[in-house]
Amino acid sequence: MKLDKQAVEKIAVLARLQLKPDEIERLQTQLTGILDYVEQLNELDTKGVEPTAHVEAKGTPLREDEPHECLPFDEFLKNAPDAKGTAFRVPRIIE
Amino acid sequence: MELFQKPAHQLADMLRKKEVSSTELTKAVLERIRQVDDRVHAYITVTEDLALQMAAEADKRLQSGDAKALTGIPVGLKDIFLAKGTRTTCASKMLDNFTAPYDATVVARLREAGAVFTGKLNMDEFAMGSSTENSAYGVTRNPWDLERIPGGSSGGSSAAVAAGEATMTLGTDTGGSIRQPASLTSTVGLKPTYGRVSRYGVIAFASSLDQVGPITQDVEDAALLLETIAGRDPRDSTSAERAVPDYRADMKKGVKGLKIGIPKEYFVEGMDPQIEAAVRKAIDDLKAQGAEVVEVSLPHTKYAVSTYYIVAPAEASSNLARYDGVRFGHRAANPENLLDLYMRSRGEGFGPEVKRRIMVGTYALSSGYYDAYYLKAQQARTLIRADFDKAFEQVDVILTPTTPGPAFKLGEKTDDPLQMYLSDIFTIACNLAGIPGMSLPCGFTDDKLPIGMQLLGKAWDEATLFRVGWAYEQSQNWHQMRAAL
Repeated sequence: MKLDKQAVEKIAVLARLQLKPDEIERLQTQLTGILDYVEQLNELDTKGVEPTAHVEAKGTPLREDEPHECLPFDEFLKNAPDAKGTAFRVPRIIE
Repeated sequence: MELFQKPAHQLADMLRKKEVSSTELTKAVLERIRQVDDRVHAYITVTEDLALQMAAEADKRLQSGDAKALTGIPVGLKDIFLAKGTRTTCASKMLDNFTAPYDATVVARLREAGAVFTGKLNMDEFAMGSSTENSAYGVTRNPWDLERIPGGSSGGSSAAVAAGEATMTLGTDTGGSIRQPASLTSTVGLKPTYGRVSRYGVIAFASSLDQVGPITQDVEDAALLLETIAGRDPRDSTSAERAVPDYRADMKKGVKGLKIGIPKEYFVEGMDPQIEAAVRKAIDDLKAQGAEVVEVSLPHTKYAVSTYYIVAPAEASSNLARYDGVRFGHRAANPENLLDLYMRSRGEGFGPEVKRRIMVGTYALSSGYYDAYYLKAQQARTLIRADFDKAFEQVDVILTPTTPGPAFKLGEKTDDPLQMYLSDIFTIACNLAGIPGMSLPCGFTDDKLPIGMQLLGKAWDEATLFRVGWAYEQSQNWHQMRAAL
């Protein structure tokens, strides 16, 4: 079943991606193709099979909470699209 | 053979014996880049000044006798690695003007070793692709046939080694992105065990699968480069507390008595008969050297691509959430509000394949679909992993073709994402299982296109891959062939 336009638009908002109408149309076909292909996993009996999220999962590793050096502000603010002082500037959030 | 065509282990000897200086060698490689890169386009950024400066420092170290194995060797970096002060794009418009504020751990280790950085290599955007056609900075061409792709996503890294534009390079491999391009360019490519190499400072794609590894001219160089970059890094909690063996010491022991498994599921209908013949011939060569060949079964192989194309996009959709136009990367002009800033910055900054994968991943993780897709794929991953555990009870190493076909033509698969994904059919399971895999040259098609074979090992046992690979290399001379450019 082909994904409809609304479904693709809904995922795009969840993913915070602005898509053009032709992109949405193409993705309807392409996502449908990919999702149809991965349907083959339903052939597998996975009842009682533990999921693998990570091959070396041993819980969250802990370390001592000690201060370390970090990058100076001016170093990483060099890559900021818009910065002022020691802060990133963004559009107004609270109206 | 020209300086730019020699492997690092030979050059290291020459540097030590003062037969050549690092500055001479580096100049030869930079000149080679000038000669051929307008045709190959392996590089996004050539760091000529930096390379000459590093070469001069290396020459001082070589003079003072403080040289390490890679001191003075020209190394190219996939443009996914942060190298302090160097532009790092990940082949995306999103990071078009991003300058790395610090070194990746692997980059820092190469600096410590005295390696010379030639520049940043082309790739598929955010390492998503199998042909390097998804780069925002143009396609890379295969040095063996300029009408064909060099593989991907580390296609700049494989093409650079094949063309003599770097002595050795680093790539990353999430579903085959080192091994597939190595296979298509007659180079050696190794994906180490998950956790063997630090991912700190490596731009993330799918964090449970990503691993850093070498692309080189021969097996010994791959061992040399892995030794330099491997080992625990406190800045990457997934990097393992395991000693890194002296790979080159054990490499030359031969294959007598080793058991090599041939999985029947990797020799399927539809495979290029010339590739099958070349791989079968390699199996016979190893048998002649005293290896025992055993048929094994990896019954869940056919589910690997499906599993991967849920797990990897799901992780990618989460990892790439950081590109929001706020702290670094592309920001859309005159945003109306915060949502508009996010949506337009990402819509403008990402290319089509990256958007496609973010969309698939977001869908698979969205409410109502999580169990059907993501959970199911994680369970399939357990079954794929168990296949390998079982096979490795019988054998020491598994041998397969690396790819089902040779390098395809530029543009041949760009309109059909699924066909592109299926070109990784033999490399993906290795990442899902977290085991090491290496591709090495095993012949050419009638059209002179490279063929590669893949060795898969037990977790943490890269040593056996080097041992089998080195023994095979001694019996033939594929790795000494050079593309005519």
